[in-house]
Amino acid sequence: MSALLELQSLSVAIGKVALLDGIALTVERGQILGLVGESGSGKSLTAMAAMGLLPLIGGRVTAGAVRFDGQDMAAMTEVQRRRLRGGRIGFVTQNPMTALDPVQRIGAQVDVVSRLHLGLSRDEARARTLDLLTQLRIPEAETVAEAWPHQLSGGMKQRIVIAMALAGDPDLIIADEPTTALDVTVQAQIIHILGHLVRDRGVSLLLITHDMSVVAQVCDRVAVLYAGRVAEEGPVGPIFAAPAHPYTAALIGCIPQAGMAKGSLTGIPGAVPSAMTFPEGCRFHPRCPRASQACRASPPPILSRGEGRVACHHPEVSA
Amino acid sequence: MTAPLIRIEALGKRFQSGGGLFARPRAMMAVRDVTLSVGKGEVLGVVGESGCGKSTLARLVLRLIEPTSGRVTFDGTEITALSPPALRRMRRRMAMVFQDPYSSLDPRYTLADVLAEPFRVQNEPLPANRVEAMLAAVGLPAALAGNHPHQLSGGQRQRVGIARALALRPDFVVLDEPTASLDVSIQAQIIALLADLRDRLGLSYLFISHDLGLVRYFCDRIVVMYLGAVVEVLPDTATAPRHPYTQALMESNFAPDPARRRAIEPLSGEIPSPFALPPGCAFAARCPRASDLCRRQPPALDGDATHPVACFHPL
Repeated sequence: MSALLELQSLSVAIGKVALLDGIALTVERGQILGLVGESGSGKSLTAMAAMGLLPLIGGRVTAGAVRFDGQDMAAMTEVQRRRLRGGRIGFVTQNPMTALDPVQRIGAQVDVVSRLHLGLSRDEARARTLDLLTQLRIPEAETVAEAWPHQLSGGMKQRIVIAMALAGDPDLIIADEPTTALDVTVQAQIIHILGHLVRDRGVSLLLITHDMSVVAQVCDRVAVLYAGRVAEEGPVGPIFAAPAHPYTAALIGCIPQAGMAKGSLTGIPGAVPSAMTFPEGCRFHPRCPRASQACRASPPPILSRGEGRVACHHPEVSA
Repeated sequence: MTAPLIRIEALGKRFQSGGGLFARPRAMMAVRDVTLSVGKGEVLGVVGESGCGKSTLARLVLRLIEPTSGRVTFDGTEITALSPPALRRMRRRMAMVFQDPYSSLDPRYTLADVLAEPFRVQNEPLPANRVEAMLAAVGLPAALAGNHPHQLSGGQRQRVGIARALALRPDFVVLDEPTASLDVSIQAQIIALLADLRDRLGLSYLFISHDLGLVRYFCDRIVVMYLGAVVEVLPDTATAPRHPYTQALMESNFAPDPARRRAIEPLSGEIPSPFALPPGCAFAARCPRASDLCRRQPPALDGDATHPVACFHPL
């Protein structure tokens, strides 16, 4: 059986600016893939491309393909793609405050998804909505369904957005920084809920985040994105135990942890380059402690590493 | 501990909202009866979630807003009683770094203008080469002096915000979530810079954050706030928490290590509205240890102990 979502050497440009360069990713059925990187690395653009939404932001695919369940998204009609989105592909945005319509009651906003995509009647849709809200541990689901968005807290709204993503009975959920706007205790709740849903329902999840500790907590595989290219990809166990790419190691090293000696947190020097000024060779070389002449001159080779791969001239040799 | 630089006593702030044509005005206590001190050279962390009053506390300490009750003493002078001119003179010894480096710098100013402004406010001449020296102190090239904020990255902007705070060589700096809008890689750079500046200039910090992991890394003592009140003061970064809320905050922080995945037992329930606080402990509705007593009566913070905690059933 083919993978559920496959990005095959996908390159994307907006106008004349090339933003994504040869992104290759696979999300298997029932699996959680974490997509991490700093702001400006191309995470959200990758999500837009995976949903066939690039025209919305004036982008286009310049090479490669997106395949969902074996089918080339570019070969589909817009109507077919629209049916996928909200149906077999659910989406959870970063900011639940703007994802909900402020002048529609909560229940109506969730109902419409299953009426549209599953063809349910009004009553069936509401029953499904209440069931979903209850599964998301929302107390007094019937009261909440009659509430307006402004009456709910941020964490509650994000659960409603997740309910909307689930209402169309998706095979894949794409969640773009679903907890970034939330408080830490609420973030833990939402990550817990997302993780369980995926395991219980066999849904796949593409989880976009800047936070390596969230990846470590719930993901099966991780892809590290830097300046529009995949730096390293593979199962979380080996990558966190022995990151091969210096950027992966640096991202993990940026997270303050209990018991860390003061002064041991140094960060990554410099900043992510803008797409207009991507450096030659390896795009990470100006910030990399291991950069050599080869890194400045030519793009790194893609080497296989156990069940994963790394794009680096000087990968860390794993034990 | 040496004599404290900042002493905060029974500080409170009440906000009133609404009161429109149809709405009845509602009142809430953003900060309730907070007593704290910051020693010379100390980094005191204040941690809590949105709405816990930590930013209000930051503004009260510098008297950017007026307290409803209580007082703040800075190096022996009660700043909550100073006249406006005297307060302005005192302010040169204290500074603040804001959360959002995008909105806290005037987009029309060059960096040189931004860094000269504190001198203008205090009616002091700007020493020669001072702008360049300030930029160098925060790791920015002097060539950026003529640039505008929009030409800088978020991390560079926050460095400018820090340089501005340090322009008049203050003794005390309030850092209000200085890294919350930055990437983790840049956050680590900024924290390293702040630690270095404290060591070199002998600064004291009040460091406000929602991230207990970061606070435990950077601060000497940690104050935990929940809905306007202090619930626990950790005397150092190694001491285990005693308040169930602090414990929950700690467990919400994941380790970047799949081998140490947590069986998350997330807090149930929501933070109560600050406009309608329950009669007992504000955390009781979400607390796994709550008893009838907790729901009836608010627990007091035991202020004499080295490790004060406001809980009837501490861990």
